[in-house]
Amino acid sequence: MAEVDKTQLAQFLLRMGDNTLILGHRVSEWCGHSPVLEEDIALANTALDLLGQTSLWLGYAAEVRGTGETADDVAFLRDAWDFRNLLLVELPNGDFGRTMMRQFLFDAFHSVLLGRLLQSSDQTVREIAEKASKEVAYHVERSADTVVGLGDGTEESHARMQAALDYLWPYVGEMFASDETDRALAAAGVAPDPANLRDDFDALIGKVLAEATLHIPDSDFAHKGGRTGAMHTEHLGHILCQMQWLQRVYPNANW
Amino acid sequence: MKHEWPLWEIFIRGQHGMSHRHVGSLHAPDAEMAVKNARDVYTRRNEGVSIWVVEARHITATVPGEKGPMFEPSESKVYRHPTFFDIPDEVGHM
Repeated sequence: MAEVDKTQLAQFLLRMGDNTLILGHRVSEWCGHSPVLEEDIALANTALDLLGQTSLWLGYAAEVRGTGETADDVAFLRDAWDFRNLLLVELPNGDFGRTMMRQFLFDAFHSVLLGRLLQSSDQTVREIAEKASKEVAYHVERSADTVVGLGDGTEESHARMQAALDYLWPYVGEMFASDETDRALAAAGVAPDPANLRDDFDALIGKVLAEATLHIPDSDFAHKGGRTGAMHTEHLGHILCQMQWLQRVYPNANW
Repeated sequence: MKHEWPLWEIFIRGQHGMSHRHVGSLHAPDAEMAVKNARDVYTRRNEGVSIWVVEARHITATVPGEKGPMFEPSESKVYRHPTFFDIPDEVGHM
């Protein structure tokens, strides 16, 4: 197995941790606003799971970077161009249907990826994946059920779920757009090449979306720039503004 | 058209060997989602190892107004309590 470069390993860890951090923040925006109490608590649980995973990924990223930072420093003291999350997770929540569709698409990808990371050659990655994969197995089960319930529901819920899928579909391709970092990590056995996850992902979402009577758009156009950091959407800056405000205004504040 | 999800009564078993106990109720569109909602609402602090859900309309309950004839007759029957027996120490907690 090839030895893995620290910078590349850190890049991978930021990709993992930034996905869960930004999606966790997005999902937490529903707290107190969900359509029903039960969904409110379920979404808050999901957000907290993602946040817990974030602290593990970013904590390890900080360790690998070797700059003496903590997971909190990495989360709260970087600006938008340093984030490596997928564009999908920074998109605004939209209506509840769009939030659940985004959740399902990410959960599907996340569960396939974590499944492979259980075999990582890196022990810490393996341990984080073991904890996270149990949480995510539940996330995907729940979001899939909701997508089916709403997709195969009333005329209005169906239309909203189809609109959500149409809107989000161009952000799916980025999950599998691998680069040199991914190939290096794959060669070292640390993480799979995301391009190789597409078949499992397609099989999973194909089954659920068919049951939800939803039509997968006939296009493979993909917005990119999140996981490479080349260009995020305008939404990320607004998230960071809210998320990092306190640390920026009162540096090192803690409670 | 009815917009409200049905009500479900939730029973959680705290640990193996114990019985399921009623912990509360919630709304859900079907039984599977009721189990999921129960997991999210009632077991977030590691409260359980098993969940039962029953749609509330399937529960037949006693009528509060009939409390007298239903329960009062047993109040005066102290001899029904097995308190007149000596329990050997080896039996342990009963």
